[in-house]
Amino acid sequence: MTAEIVLQVFRFGFLLLLWLFIFAAFRVVRADLLGGRAGRVASVPPRAQAGKKKGARGPKNLFVTAGPLSGTRITLGEQAILIGRADDSTLVLTDDFASSRHARLTNRGGQWYVEDLGSTNGTYLDQQRVQGPLLVAQGQPIRIGQTVLELRS
Amino acid sequence: MAAPVPAVGPGTDPKNAAPGVTTPPKRRGTELVMLGFAVLITLAAQTIVDITITGSPSPEIATFGLWFSGIWVAAHLVVRKVAPYADPLLLPCIAVLTGLGLSMIHRLDIATNALGESVSSREDAPTQLLWATVGLVVFVGVLLVVRDHRALARLAYTIGLVGLVLLAVPAVLPSALSEVNGAKIWIRVAGFSIQPGEFAKICLVIFFAAYLVDKRDVLALASRRVLGLEVPRARDLGPVLVAWGVSILVLVFERDLGSSLLLFGIFVVMLYVATERVSWLVIGVLLFSAGATLAYRLFGHVRLRVDTWLDPFAYYPDGGGYQVVQSLFGLGTGGLFGAGLGGGRPDQVPVAKSDFIAAAIGEELGLFGLVAVVVLYLVLVERGLRTSLVVRDGFGKLLAAGLAFGIAWQVFVVLGGVTGLLPLTGLTTPFVAYGGSSLVANFGLVALLVRISDAARRPAAPPAPPAPKLGEALTEVVRP
Repeated sequence: MTAEIVLQVFRFGFLLLLWLFIFAAFRVVRADLLGGRAGRVASVPPRAQAGKKKGARGPKNLFVTAGPLSGTRITLGEQAILIGRADDSTLVLTDDFASSRHARLTNRGGQWYVEDLGSTNGTYLDQQRVQGPLLVAQGQPIRIGQTVLELRS
Repeated sequence: MAAPVPAVGPGTDPKNAAPGVTTPPKRRGTELVMLGFAVLITLAAQTIVDITITGSPSPEIATFGLWFSGIWVAAHLVVRKVAPYADPLLLPCIAVLTGLGLSMIHRLDIATNALGESVSSREDAPTQLLWATVGLVVFVGVLLVVRDHRALARLAYTIGLVGLVLLAVPAVLPSALSEVNGAKIWIRVAGFSIQPGEFAKICLVIFFAAYLVDKRDVLALASRRVLGLEVPRARDLGPVLVAWGVSILVLVFERDLGSSLLLFGIFVVMLYVATERVSWLVIGVLLFSAGATLAYRLFGHVRLRVDTWLDPFAYYPDGGGYQVVQSLFGLGTGGLFGAGLGGGRPDQVPVAKSDFIAAAIGEELGLFGLVAVVVLYLVLVERGLRTSLVVRDGFGKLLAAGLAFGIAWQVFVVLGGVTGLLPLTGLTTPFVAYGGSSLVANFGLVALLVRISDAARRPAAPPAPPAPKLGEALTEVVRP
């Protein structure tokens, strides 16, 4: 029979091996979470974080510049802004070309991203149709149906 | 292949750079390394078993090693070819689980043969390795045939029908062809016995996903608030009632507690994922309680299972408690670090190779080993749910979530049964337990997850050239 010490080495060595595998798997998961990868939800861009540390001077207000609600102003906070015809939207549109849950503006590290929520007629940033989340610069027009929105400081 | 999009910081040029769109890594190299690690663990386990029990490594280890590595190298190469962006952890996780299972079965083979009681000393580990090879063929087949998981949604009703038929066949067949150990869940043809329920499970998840993507708005929005709960309209309750009825019927005709629990749980959770309404979970639990009470009243075998669960020692050594109590003894003997591979006596538990393989692992690898196995399942499920979060289409989301939850739920129910937390159900531990149908079906299931995760992680097609400027385009006056 094999020496007892060898058996003990086997006993604990195998458990160690098993957990090393799990550790390696977790490293992969971690790399996956932190690394740049194509996901629907944008990861926080490092540049934006850096900007926040220096005291971000991001946009403060959302202005409606055209459409039935023209002149409306919404003060931006940390929360996401939901735009659509649904009553619980942050900005309730009365626009036949808007969907009930049309688009969403999210704050990530002081920067605002616009995201289309599967609307029928689409959301446009400048002239580009919004497919994934897009960074919105100040003064860049976001068009939803007949309504045009702009971020301003 | 699309030309890699240059990594542009989102802050520089908002027009071209959707945030997070850099060249996504394919991570196939990582997968290969992890698979190598998995094979290493398996070979280590086999060698330790042989050395501990017989004193020297068996000569068959080389053949086994080559065959086992061959399976995963083949799977890896196919994934590299047809699903290059697939998740790198799915294959390694199931490789370790399958390898651990094979080692445990091999170990139990030696133990039962050493007893010398059985005239026909059966070697189950080679059979299981053969099944794993069949599983590989199914895995490759699914990946090659299903090039886009959304194609499955178009065939959903056909697939759902196939699932129901598969589920119902053992109930209809005469007992001689379909009954093993009191559970009427088999089809036995020409020396082979397969458990169609394992395949039916996957078919039904595909059907549920497609159905719910179709109907989720109705299920989510048309409801009244009663006592703070969104109560759906009666006619929207139809599908969940049908699922409930089917799982009860399975229970009645096939005496299969496990499958009915599994199906109903998966369906309720998919309904919840699709609608985000907690009320469906509440309704599910209420229906389950009603069904469970009914089953307990009506069926002797269910009552026996529940009674032995509540007090297994009352039915020991004679009666239904023998398995559970032996399994608990085994787990207790294992303690924290286990008896070492080959050092325990896991063959003391009846059907240790299939239903109670978790008890065998717990005895020989201890709590640390058993928890490691659970964490491996956890990683597998996490990758599935992650896929579900990232993939862009609703059908893929629901399908991935349903499949991943199915694995989690099955592991929970099985381990609950083995450790005495839940009544025994007779489900198999995915990938680890001895059993061809289960292994092959689960390989197919992972192939689907690999396919969806490839779609999820693949970079979106490069943005189309800027569309004609809608707002600013000059109106073109067409003169007749």
